[in-house]
Amino acid sequence: METALKFLADLFSNHTLRTVGMGAVFLGIANGVLGSFAVLRKQSLLGDAISHAALPGIALAFLLTGSKSAPVLLLGAAAAGWLGTLFIMSVVKNTRIKYDSALGLVLSVFFGFGLILLTRIQRMPVAAQAGLDTFLFGQAATLLLRDVATIGALGAAVLVLVAVFWKEFKLLCFDPDFAHCLGFPVRALDILLTALLVTSIVIGLQTVGVVLMSAMVVAPAAAARQWTDRLGAMVAISAFFGALAGGAGALASSVVAHLPTGPTIVLCLSAIVIVSLLMAPNRGLVWGWARERLNRRRIMVDAVLADLHVLALRHEDPGHGHPISVLRTMSLGHGGVDRSLELLRKRGLVRKTEGGTWSLTPDGLAEARRLSGKGDEGP
Amino acid sequence: MTAPQIEIQVIAVLVAVSCALPGTFLVLRRMAMMSDAISHSILLGIVLAFFVTRDLTSPFLVAAAALTGVLTVTLVELLNRTGLVREDAAIGLTFPALFSAGVILVARYAGSIHLDTDAVLLGELAFAPFNRLVVLGYDIGPRALYMMAGITALNILFVAVFFKELKLATFDPGLAAVLGFSPGVLHYASMALVSLTAVGSFDAVGSILVVALMIAPPATAYLLVDRLSTMLLLSALLGAAGAVSGYWVAHALDASIAGSMASMSGLLFAAAYLAAPGRGLIPITLRRSRQRLEFAQRMLLVHLYNHEGLPDAGRENRVEHLHEHLKWDRSFAERVVGAARDRRLVERRDSLLILTDAGREAARDAMVG
Repeated sequence: METALKFLADLFSNHTLRTVGMGAVFLGIANGVLGSFAVLRKQSLLGDAISHAALPGIALAFLLTGSKSAPVLLLGAAAAGWLGTLFIMSVVKNTRIKYDSALGLVLSVFFGFGLILLTRIQRMPVAAQAGLDTFLFGQAATLLLRDVATIGALGAAVLVLVAVFWKEFKLLCFDPDFAHCLGFPVRALDILLTALLVTSIVIGLQTVGVVLMSAMVVAPAAAARQWTDRLGAMVAISAFFGALAGGAGALASSVVAHLPTGPTIVLCLSAIVIVSLLMAPNRGLVWGWARERLNRRRIMVDAVLADLHVLALRHEDPGHGHPISVLRTMSLGHGGVDRSLELLRKRGLVRKTEGGTWSLTPDGLAEARRLSGKGDEGP
Repeated sequence: MTAPQIEIQVIAVLVAVSCALPGTFLVLRRMAMMSDAISHSILLGIVLAFFVTRDLTSPFLVAAAALTGVLTVTLVELLNRTGLVREDAAIGLTFPALFSAGVILVARYAGSIHLDTDAVLLGELAFAPFNRLVVLGYDIGPRALYMMAGITALNILFVAVFFKELKLATFDPGLAAVLGFSPGVLHYASMALVSLTAVGSFDAVGSILVVALMIAPPATAYLLVDRLSTMLLLSALLGAAGAVSGYWVAHALDASIAGSMASMSGLLFAAAYLAAPGRGLIPITLRRSRQRLEFAQRMLLVHLYNHEGLPDAGRENRVEHLHEHLKWDRSFAERVVGAARDRRLVERRDSLLILTDAGREAARDAMVG
C-alpha cells in the first residue's frame, strides 16, 4: 500500500514518469480508435505488416539524415509502412497470391531488410547511433517531452480527421458497396483510412516497438467489440482500453528494471481482452455458459413435468402418485430428476404424497397441458 | 572458403529447405500468418522448458517449443470458434500475448539464460559453427547442422509419405474428410511440423525471419508453376538460393546473415512478381498493350471498311481524323496505322488510308465475329 501511494506521488511529481505516461496514453487512444476500424474491416493483421515494414524506414531515415529526432524517423517509418501496404495491395490485386501470404511476405522481408540496415548502423563508429534498437521492443523511458509533443500532435490530427470523416468511414466499414453506389469516393476514403492507421501505428513504435505494435491495434478494439454493438461506443471504449493498457504498461516498465515496454503493454492488453471475452455483458463467454445452463435446466424440468403428465393420463385419478424410480427411468439420459422435482414443488406444480411418490397438482396439470400445446380440453 | 563459412552455408540451406516445404502448404491453405504466430509463441515454450531443465541444449526444449506451437494453433482455433472475434483478430490476439510473456521472462532473467532479446529476433547463424557436437571425443561438426539435417529429413519424409493426403486436404478438404483421410489429424500433424521447423530455425534466423523463409520461396514458386510437386521442389531450390546468396551479401556488407537471407528471398519474389512468364507484371503489361494494339487495328479496319467507297471517305479515312472519330491521340494512331501497314492490311497515300484486299477480308472477319 505504501509503495502504491509512493508510486502515485511519484507519478504526479516525477517529470519523466509523467512524460512517459502521457505519451503512452496518447498513442493508446489513437490506436484504439483506428484499431476499431481495422478490426471491423478484417484488417487486424495489416497493423502487424505495417509496423514491421516501418523498421527499414526508420533505419534509412537515420542513415540519410544522421538525425534521431522523432519527426524525421517517424516520416521514414510512415513512408516504409505505407510502401509495404501498397505492395501488399498490389500483389493481392495482380497475382493469385492471397492476402495472408502477401502480409507475411512484406512483414518478414521488410523486417529482414531493416535488420541489415540496423546491423550496419550498429557497426558505425558514431556514438550517436545508440538507441535505434529500442525501436524493436520499445522503450518508454526514452520518451522525451519533445517526442510526446509529436505523438500528441499527430494523434490529435488523426482523431480530428476521424471525426470529420466519421459518417464516411462508418459506411466504408459496414457496406463499402453501398457507399460506392451513393457516390462516395470509396478508394480515396480507403487510402485515407489506411494512411491514418499507418500514422497511428508509427507514433507508437518508439514506445511499444515494431515487433508488438500490432497488438496495440487489435487488442483494444477486439476487447471493446465485446461490450457494445454500436460503432461510436466501440471506438470510445477501445480508446479507453488503449489508454489504460498503454499508460499502465509504460509506467510499470519505467519503474521496474529489465521490463521491456512493448511486451508489458501487450500483457496489460491481454488481461483486458481476457476479461472482456469472459465477462462482457451479453456477448461474454461466462454469460453464454450461464444462459446455456439455465436453458438446459429449464428443459429438464419441463421434461419431468411432461413425464408426470403422461403418467397422469394413464390413470383415472390425476392425483395418483408415481414413484421417483419410474420418472428416473423415463428421463434416462437427462438426469437431475430429484432436482427438477424439487424445483417443480417449489413452483407448486407437483406434490409429494404420503407414500413418498409424486403427483401433479391441479396447477401442474394445467401447466403440463399448456406445455403439450393441447389447451384445456381435458385428458 | 573457410570451413566455418561452408558450415554456415550448409546450415542456412538446410534451414531454408526445411522451412520451404511446410511453407508451401501454409501458402496454399491461406494460413501464412499462422507461421508468424507459431514462430513467435514458441519462445515461451523454449523459455519455460529452460526453467525446468536448466540446459539450453536439452532436446526437451525442442519438444516443449513444438508443443507450444501446436497450443497456439489450438488457441487461435478455440478463440475463433467462440464467434466473438474473427480469425485474423484471433491470431493477432494470441501470439503477441505468448511472445510478450516469453520476452519478459528472457529480459528479467537475462543473466541466467544465454538468450537475449536480440538473439530472439536475429538468430545467431554466425555463431553456429562454435557450438560443436562431440561424439566419443571426436568433433563431428556443428550441433545446429545435425539438428537441421534431422528436421529437414523429417519434413521431406512427411511430405513424401503423406503427399497424396496433403494434396487432397489442401485443395479439397471437404472431399478429404468424406473419403476418411481425417484432415484434422493431418492438420495438427503438419502444424506440429511447422512448429518443429520453426524451433530448429529459431536459433539460426530468429523468430520473424522464419516467416520470410516459410512464405517468400513458396509464394515465388506459386507465381511460376502450377503443380504441387514442382512447386515444392522449386520452393526448396529458391529457399536454398536465397540462403546462399544472402550469406554472401551479408558477408560483403558485414550485416545480419538472417536479414540478408530474408531480403534475398524477397528480391527473388520481386523478380518473379515482375517477370514471371504469363503472370508477372511485365508480361501482363506487354500482353495488354499487344492486345490493345491488335484491337485498335481491327477498329481501324472496320472504320475504313464502313466508309470505303462512300462520298465522305476522303474525310473519314484519314490519319488525322482518327483522333476525332476514335478518340485516339496522334502518336497512338500512328502506331496503329504503322502496325497495320506492316501487316499489309492498309496502304497509305499521302494521309489517305486505303484497305488492301487482305485488310478488307480482315475487316469483314472482325465484323462477323
